[in-house]
Amino acid sequence: MEKDINSLCFMCSVRCPIQVHVKAGQAVSIIGNPHVPGIEGSLCPKGAAGLSLLSDTQRVQTPMIREGERGAGKWRNASWDEAMEYIAQRLKSVISAHGGRSVAWGERTQLSTHISKTFMRAIDSPNHFTHDALCKGSLNTACRSLTGYTDPQIGIDYANTRHLVLYGRNMFEAMEVKPVRQFSRAMENGARLTYIDPRATITASKAHRYWMIRPGTDLALNYALMHIIIKENLYDAAYVKKWVTGFDALAAFVEPYTPEWAAAETGISAREMVEFAEEVSRQKPKVVFHFGYRCANHENEIYLRRSILMLNALMGSIEAPGGMFIKKGPGEVGAKPARKLTDQELPKCADIRFDKVGTPDFPLPDPAHGVAQMLPEAILKEDPYPIKALMAYRFDPLMSIADTARTRKALDKLDLIVTIDINYSDIAWYSDVILPESTYLERMDSPQQANGLKPQMFLRQQAVGPRYDTRPGPEIIKMLAHRMGLSQYFPYETVEDLVRWQLEPTGFTVSDFAEKGFVAYTDKAIWWDRDTGIKFKTPSGRIEFVSALLEDAGYPSFPAYQAPNAPKQPDMFRLIVGRCAQHTHISTQNNLYLNELVSENPLWISKKSAEKLGIYHNQPIVVSSDRYEGEMHAKVTEFIRPECVFMLHGFGHQVPFAGRSYNKGQSDAAFMENITDAVGGSPAFHETFVRVRPLR
Amino acid sequence: MSKYYLFHDQKKCIGCQACVVACKSRQNLPKGPFPSLLITIGPQWVGTRPQMAFAFMPCFQCENPWCVAACPTGAMQRRPEDGIIIVDPNVCVGCKTCMSACPWGSPQWNPETGKVVKCDSCYDRLEQGLQPACVTVCPTACLYFGTPDEIPEVRRERYARAMIHDGEQEN
Repeated sequence: MEKDINSLCFMCSVRCPIQVHVKAGQAVSIIGNPHVPGIEGSLCPKGAAGLSLLSDTQRVQTPMIREGERGAGKWRNASWDEAMEYIAQRLKSVISAHGGRSVAWGERTQLSTHISKTFMRAIDSPNHFTHDALCKGSLNTACRSLTGYTDPQIGIDYANTRHLVLYGRNMFEAMEVKPVRQFSRAMENGARLTYIDPRATITASKAHRYWMIRPGTDLALNYALMHIIIKENLYDAAYVKKWVTGFDALAAFVEPYTPEWAAAETGISAREMVEFAEEVSRQKPKVVFHFGYRCANHENEIYLRRSILMLNALMGSIEAPGGMFIKKGPGEVGAKPARKLTDQELPKCADIRFDKVGTPDFPLPDPAHGVAQMLPEAILKEDPYPIKALMAYRFDPLMSIADTARTRKALDKLDLIVTIDINYSDIAWYSDVILPESTYLERMDSPQQANGLKPQMFLRQQAVGPRYDTRPGPEIIKMLAHRMGLSQYFPYETVEDLVRWQLEPTGFTVSDFAEKGFVAYTDKAIWWDRDTGIKFKTPSGRIEFVSALLEDAGYPSFPAYQAPNAPKQPDMFRLIVGRCAQHTHISTQNNLYLNELVSENPLWISKKSAEKLGIYHNQPIVVSSDRYEGEMHAKVTEFIRPECVFMLHGFGHQVPFAGRSYNKGQSDAAFMENITDAVGGSPAFHETFVRVRPLR
Repeated sequence: MSKYYLFHDQKKCIGCQACVVACKSRQNLPKGPFPSLLITIGPQWVGTRPQMAFAFMPCFQCENPWCVAACPTGAMQRRPEDGIIIVDPNVCVGCKTCMSACPWGSPQWNPETGKVVKCDSCYDRLEQGLQPACVTVCPTACLYFGTPDEIPEVRRERYARAMIHDGEQEN
């Protein structure tokens, strides 16, 4: 028997719609879901490698309990019953000694997040946190400070834009299929691309204008652009008058930031800045200054992200076709979203969070996500209180939080570490128990509320039965809750039960998803009236250049520009990091096909710097920071600024069971210092300096 | 040549290699063989812009295929109905003569089976009315497959548009 299952990919967190062809119970091919406009069968390389994840013999196949020292690699296989009993007993003893708050749960936001949040509420812990802040916490805060919405609530109309401006947003490598497809088509129809990055990526090679900016000076560029746009009256005056508060304050603030000043700072000529500002002004409001994807580079990250959003506001491009839009939910058409387990009556925890988010110490980051990189210090200093257990669900503190040695030291203080994962991640290897989750092809998941111009809902549907002794996440959490005596908050046995319960208020049923993989609440794009109807959620109901959120917390809306930190020694380079199209963060380096394409991460170093150091292309080198020293290979290139060096994130795995990726390349997190944007909440991943020397 | 033509519009290509992975996955291949390959050339500076070129290398399905002539067992065959060149794994003895004969390096070695694998334009998919896997998954739609008269005039249309657009440019 053959059938096509419409589902959702999960090789990365984008969750593109896919179609799995199943023959005699086996998945034989995956393509993009042909029913979804803008996808039309297409996939990225990671999505195309899905079957090699499914059939991988180097993934976790059964629950495992640690026997030797942590990280020593001595394990025994366990039944689910035994593993659950082991965890429940230890969690109970941690909770009875230190309270529910001594348990932290870290995960990458996903469709099951409402379930783990419910678990944490049920044990009376405030310490559910996600990976989000590590990626883009400051962007989230920046978006809220200006519009009242978070970044996932704002979309980009790639298909109709006339000009896309990217600040290091390497969209053709760190790719989302639909935007890539839509914007490729837009470029074919004449849309322009401006790309700004100290490193020339593939995206740079597709741009009409490429600026190899000095690293860390994007904010200087933006202050100057705002200076030009205001001085030359290039902004959308009617839109600004209607929808912006604090314009006059901004105008006065950017007055001294001339293009000539910014030219010296950024390395971009004043004439080019003026030409660019004039060009985008002609194209407004069909202009998008992309606010970014991973936004965790510098200590003033929130202010760079705010400046990008303010440029959009000046172009009148927020809630404009060809610009950006506020995503519309089912409520816009009088319909209801799927409910979540967190909608239930749950215990309300009175404790503050481990990361102090929401307290005067750290008022602005989103408490829905917390700030993950505060975890090591919170554990080590027992500040604000002791943390004794960590549940890591698709989240790897060892490779995602800067300063791995320090993170490992913190983990050593914990009484219990449990990892729920598909792969042998580095944190799985350092855990006490590993619980193997079924892959996205082997499980159903909670519905995905896909808000946008046309609100829709997607469903991950199970394509094949589990190949190994693995379980879907929602069932794993339910099993654990049951052992902890908390079953009442988890009213389901199987994921399908859960989905049925979640769909009840929507009027849709599971079978409605069978034909196309999604259901639509409406078939018409919803744009709010640009003259009267944009519902900004700030206190003023407008875009707040002068932000109540920031000012009320005691932070300025427009801080004076500060030049990026210089290296401590002249022979050091700023370390910058990024992604390639063939890998997702830290999770695909061991995939058979993706590993074959990109198996390690060389260090990009400019030709000029390499010549000075006597380093040639492909030469083994030693890279060292204050935190770590490791061997890599040099990629000598003219396509990076001489002040910085670059490495791909996600390599340097230390798990022998994941043999293809074991000890290949280096992990950026090992070199980095754990520095945070204290206002916005992101880490500053580009604030570490390294030395490079040939390996002798 | 086969009656088909695969056109790679490299201006739209982003070198992501989804095509290459889908190709390997369709034949469930181990590490090693690449029946299709995407080669990235560059970047190099052209003025202030870094430029890259991409070459997609599936099998060209030659009119007079040296691999077929070289094959001693008859495993390598040209399908009479459409000119696609396929290798029959039941007949291939793994002698590698085709690999030596092909000027393009198209026949690939499968270390698991000890036989040759190659791009067969996904003829099984074509027979079901589908496109080859590489074409289907391409995120930018830069691959086109069909008979030559079905291939869109992408390049001439683009050139024409650029000429007209240049005339209208304000700056």
